[in-house]
Amino acid sequence: MVEHRPILNIVTHLVLILGILIVALPIWITFVAATHDEARMLQAPLPLLPGPYFIENFKKTLFGSGLSGTETAPVWRMLMNSLFMAIMIAVGKIAISLLSAFAIVYFKFPFRMGFFWLIFITLMLPVEVRILPTYEVVADLGMLNSYWGLSIPLIASATATFMFRQVFLTIPDEMLESARIDGAKPMRFFFDILLPLSRTNIAALFVILFIYGWNQYLWPLLITTETDMTTIVMSIKQMLEAAEQSPQWNIIMMTALLAMIPPVFVVIGMQKMFVKGLTETDK
Amino acid sequence: MATISLKDLVKNYGKVEVLHHVEGEFQDGEFIVIVGPSGCGKSTLLRMVAGLETVTSGEIYIGDKMVNQLEPADRDIAMVFQNYALYPHMSVRENMAYGLKLRKFSKDDIERRVNEAATILEIQDYLDRKPRQLSGGQRQRVAMGRAIVRDPQVFLFDEPLSNLDAKLRVQMRLEIKKLQRKLGVTSIYVTHDQVEAMTLGDRLMVLNAGYVEQFGTPIDLYEKPASVFVAGFIGSPSMNFLPAKLTNSHIELENGHKIPTSSAQQGDAIFGVRPEHMVVDDNGPIEVKTELCEQLGANTLVHGRLNKCETSVVASIQGHWDYEPGSILRFNVTPENHHLFDSKTEKRLES
Ligand SMILES: Nc1ncnc2c1ncn2[C@@H]1O[C@H](COP(=O)(O)OP(=O)(O)O)[C@@H](O)[C@H]1O
Ligand SMILES: [Mg+2]
Repeated sequence: MVEHRPILNIVTHLVLILGILIVALPIWITFVAATHDEARMLQAPLPLLPGPYFIENFKKTLFGSGLSGTETAPVWRMLMNSLFMAIMIAVGKIAISLLSAFAIVYFKFPFRMGFFWLIFITLMLPVEVRILPTYEVVADLGMLNSYWGLSIPLIASATATFMFRQVFLTIPDEMLESARIDGAKPMRFFFDILLPLSRTNIAALFVILFIYGWNQYLWPLLITTETDMTTIVMSIKQMLEAAEQSPQWNIIMMTALLAMIPPVFVVIGMQKMFVKGLTETDK
Repeated sequence: MATISLKDLVKNYGKVEVLHHVEGEFQDGEFIVIVGPSGCGKSTLLRMVAGLETVTSGEIYIGDKMVNQLEPADRDIAMVFQNYALYPHMSVRENMAYGLKLRKFSKDDIERRVNEAATILEIQDYLDRKPRQLSGGQRQRVAMGRAIVRDPQVFLFDEPLSNLDAKLRVQMRLEIKKLQRKLGVTSIYVTHDQVEAMTLGDRLMVLNAGYVEQFGTPIDLYEKPASVFVAGFIGSPSMNFLPAKLTNSHIELENGHKIPTSSAQQGDAIFGVRPEHMVVDDNGPIEVKTELCEQLGANTLVHGRLNKCETSVVASIQGHWDYEPGSILRFNVTPENHHLFDSKTEKRLES
């Protein structure tokens, strides 16, 4: 768009600024709340400017035992748990769907389309729908309160499989034939040619799936009972209801702030590849 | 280096037979061109030799080894594809080295071979570039480079020039020919372009709808086309076909004019004459009512119809000429340039 009309410019900027304000305001309030002490946060008008307790709140939250009067794990522990879970989910999903897309696109085996549709059907069965049987299975396998239990049931992924199938279909057949003539066996072709060619798509998917994993709430809530295994997203909710006292907003907000950081890093770190992966068509 | 023989090759896709009993013996070092219109099965045949398609029945030998069951990598062949099929994420050097690496050549050996091939193809300067940073012609060279580094017994080309512009195509055509001469590797080259086929091939295999119409040297095909299909396919502009009757040592055209012939055949036939063999002769038997003249510089193409008939005729005559539409021209053709075909089977009639 190369229109140069001043009014239009002003309007577009206004809209953008408004949008940013709407998005940024809650984050600002979160930040401000994390810089005051407990007492100030319970007084009526809520502060809009930062206070002096940021470092103190930070230490208390990250290394202390969370809210006073409860026995939650320190937040660094929850961050680690969340991080492990999110990475396992993202990496697991990507690995499984890469392999299943590879099988579906490049191999002819009996009931190939049958398997394809089976994977398709799982689209309609997210964890929330199959929660009871899945819980049963995980419990029987003794995976409650473990990273495996947190991540494995969330790993099977139809969407990612479809995406990789689509990516593989855009790679010309001659690429495979060329590799076969060069002497590449199937897994060699997979690692030497397919993986590098899907690099940007993998990165884009990693970002999406990492955040998906990070934000998991219901499933971790169900299968973790030990405080050592709680994830940060579920614990924020628990903190709100913790004890019979009034909520300690400074600690809760600091926790929320900390919970935001890893996804932000992932997005910023992978931004370039992320955009490329979603837009690039040239193979 | 090796001979190749195709024995009674048949290819089916499902129930449909797309190649019918193809036979061929290719000599060591020969440049074989498989030529035919789009969809006639050229690529399928080539890919069967490469091992990329299964053989329904029949046998393929490379050297004296039957290769039907061998993986492409074990057939000691290299193939150049129409879209080059370079690995986009690898540099030119890595592209060329990949096959050698998988075959566990030593680092030094790989380095030496890649540099040698790059020198031959004059691509030393962009060994470290990615394919997307190269022009079409350069990619074509890299694809050739990837084929020659392995020093295979057989080169297979599937329309390697059809993505290039006309000028580059002519240039690359010559280079491929020179390269093949120099390396002396048995080559099979697939194209739908008859000019490419004529200039490149030591021998041409003309395919039509999965049948081998004729297999011979370019001159054979030009001088003694085995069928109407080959006669029409080879040569440009293509041969004129005039319905005719053979009577006692004469060819009688539709309009009753007679041309003496040495052929002893009788009955309906198709009389073929190449445009460049039509000679203007005031007493000639082929009477043409002109419609249009195309001046090409060195020669003029005269388009018209056989006088009093609908059959169109093209003549190519030396120099610049411009005939009024509707004027009558007479042509003669020397007997050695007569081609006679059976009107039913469309096969060549021998005298
Ligand atoms: N994988 C396939 N499945 C079914 N039919 C095919 C397949 N590949 C090619 N064919 C058919 O085989 C015939 C020959 O194809 P091809 O060898 O590609 O022709 P050419 O290279 O001469 O243009 C065509 O009629 C085409 O439709
Ligand atoms: Mg083809």
